Amino acid sequence: MNLNYTLAEESFRAEVRAFLEAELPADIRSKVRLARRMHKDDLVRWQKILYRRGWGAGMWPRRFGGADWSVVEQHIFDEESAAAGAPPQLAFALRMVAPVLMSFATAAQQNYFLPRIISGEDWWCQGYSEPGSGSDLASLRTSAVREGAHYRVTGQKTWNTLGQHADWIFCLVRTSSDVRPQQGISFLLIDMKSPGITVRPIITIDGEHEINDIFFDNVQVPAENLVGEENKGWTYAKFLLSHERTNNAGIGNCKRALKRLKEIATRQLHNGRPLIEDSRFRDRIAQVELELMALEITNLRVLSAVSKESRAPGPEVSLLKIKGSEIIQQLAELQMHALGHDALPYLREALEVDWVPPPLLADHYAAFAPPLTGQYFNYRKTTIYAGSTEIQKNIISKLILGL
Amino acid sequence: MDFRLTEEQLALQDTLRRFIAKDYDFERRRSLARSPLGYSAQAWAQYAELGLLGLPYPEEFGGLGGSGVDIMAVMELVGQGLLLEPYVSTVVLCGGLLRDAATRAIKEALLPQIAAGKLQIALAAYEAAGRYELAHVAATAVRDANGWRLTGRKSVVLDAPSADYFLLSARSSGSRTDAEGISLFLVRRDAPGLTLQAYATQSGGRAADLHLQDVPIDEDAVIGAPERALPVIERAVDQGIAALCAEAAGIVTALNEATLNYLKTRKQFGTVIGSFQALQHRMADMFIAAEQIRSMAIIVAIQAAGDEPAARRRAISAAKAYIGETARFVGQQAVQLHGAMGVVDELNVGHYFKRLTMIDMTFGDADHHLARFSEALRVEAVGATS
Repeated sequence: MNLNYTLAEESFRAEVRAFLEAELPADIRSKVRLARRMHKDDLVRWQKILYRRGWGAGMWPRRFGGADWSVVEQHIFDEESAAAGAPPQLAFALRMVAPVLMSFATAAQQNYFLPRIISGEDWWCQGYSEPGSGSDLASLRTSAVREGAHYRVTGQKTWNTLGQHADWIFCLVRTSSDVRPQQGISFLLIDMKSPGITVRPIITIDGEHEINDIFFDNVQVPAENLVGEENKGWTYAKFLLSHERTNNAGIGNCKRALKRLKEIATRQLHNGRPLIEDSRFRDRIAQVELELMALEITNLRVLSAVSKESRAPGPEVSLLKIKGSEIIQQLAELQMHALGHDALPYLREALEVDWVPPPLLADHYAAFAPPLTGQYFNYRKTTIYAGSTEIQKNIISKLILGL
Repeated sequence: MDFRLTEEQLALQDTLRRFIAKDYDFERRRSLARSPLGYSAQAWAQYAELGLLGLPYPEEFGGLGGSGVDIMAVMELVGQGLLLEPYVSTVVLCGGLLRDAATRAIKEALLPQIAAGKLQIALAAYEAAGRYELAHVAATAVRDANGWRLTGRKSVVLDAPSADYFLLSARSSGSRTDAEGISLFLVRRDAPGLTLQAYATQSGGRAADLHLQDVPIDEDAVIGAPERALPVIERAVDQGIAALCAEAAGIVTALNEATLNYLKTRKQFGTVIGSFQALQHRMADMFIAAEQIRSMAIIVAIQAAGDEPAARRRAISAAKAYIGETARFVGQQAVQLHGAMGVVDELNVGHYFKRLTMIDMTFGDADHHLARFSEALRVEAVGATS
């Protein structure tokens, strides 16, 4: 047993660090570090930079343009990226639809879509949840009826993330209703420019537009956009989930948030002293840090087992999702609390990185106050999305504990 | 990076598992805990044969040159088997302390004896008014013509009744909580002026309070630097804490296995109680807790022997605080999920719970170590002075 990275892994880390140092644009770095509003252009620009370096999709196999990274290398990359203030890459394209395409799509589909994903040319979003189908996803009702060379798609998807920017959406649709719910689902790729699609913003409690309702009104989708076999979509969806859930401990993001929390608590004053000298508050930071220390090792244990046994991550990633999401929520909450009454103002414009604060607002307030309260509200999503904590516990109960 | 135990470590665990199944089942353990000695002398001899008692010592002193992870592998099984023998006191704490700080002559005299199962030593470092502070030493050491005279009290000296020697802290200068001025003495069990008040502990072991009145000590029985022994004692206790963390990890694994088995077999309302979601989710929380506990036990197994005190103590306190809190959760839930069976003496679940509880109360509880970890965090943020 040893916790050391190999020499090769250490030199890879140095390479990643040097690359980030040289190539990560300063404006993007500031937005991430100060939790400011991120725009489509920021994420696409960063994806294109990574693509030029050959790291557009590090974990993809080389034959699809990836770098064949091991899970440990991907972890190092994620950790360094978070520390440097790089934004996360778009998971819907790279980690979700792409693995499904690689395993189940036709060569023509692979050749068309994968290069456009890795180069940052296409923006993908996900069409899974529906108003009546959240955790019980298999009850979904958006229908796709085959009519000659097309499917006609009608229905509504919801909780769609960043679909307002999307070129494509991958959807689970119902192609048969006279079998068990799981057996009548297909996996369809839909061009967001198709007539009949309406995107309606959903504003979340932080006041931001991140998610959407998407309506499909008799949308014509070419039959060649079906992935794999009709009515086998549930299998592909489950396969996708196992990829989505790798690296969802979010260790790098948590570490960055912890560091910022300590900075804020050191700068904020409490009875004329740095807040961090108040043991009641500091102990709360310490407790989250302990949880994170343990999770970092638990995460590495899972990654290490996966890579040594050459297998896909199993249900143990549910543990990582549960703990990682709880930790980032606690950190966001403590950041907000560290601000004291400076947490109260809501200044929508202050989320822009080039916002110049009015002279009467204190310096420290300009530096970090406005986004953090919103981030606390926004991060309530983390224990709900991608399989809620309760669903993850069901998975652990059934698949690990055998209950 | 590799989190697997080696072939040798796995084989050692297998051996211990077979030993527990054959010679140390729960009924046997219960009767040993009630016996006058409080543990199995026969088991102690078997550990010596297996090389466990010399595991962390260099080969030249009759040991196997084992690592912190080797100790972890053993302690996980000590936990699962609820083994009562004074392994942590003699082998990890005192033997480890002698290995790190004693003269070559003392090491040659004592370590092979420990490894052969012929000698036991207990650490007498805590005092009643000092709570968990090792620097709180009111017992005095006064020089005389032949060496030293020790006077004072030591409380809850674990495994003292069966010990042949004590490693005992006493002060020859400074006020009672100063870090400087503390020396460490090797004291014979039968030294004149030393009396013991022995008792059982809550988790089945034995301990004693020590009373010293002008106990004469030879000059060559001072271990480490005179008046500057605190770092040596702290380092030994840190290694003891790492061992207890691994023991807790082993217990939590065993408790979860027992609880899961109960959920799958106990029937109420015409079905197994493990089919109820409220209980499933509790069990999932216990599973998560056990994995996190094991991660912390790994961190300290690797870092407990570190030479850099601040970094070592940070890791030790992190693990002890986290495991104290988290293992309490698992222990309490295991009792709860067993219903009334969880609180009866004849089932091992309650005994695992008690042992976990006493581990938290030993060498600093969760609050004590959280405060130490939190203080390190403060120093890191604003510097040593405030």
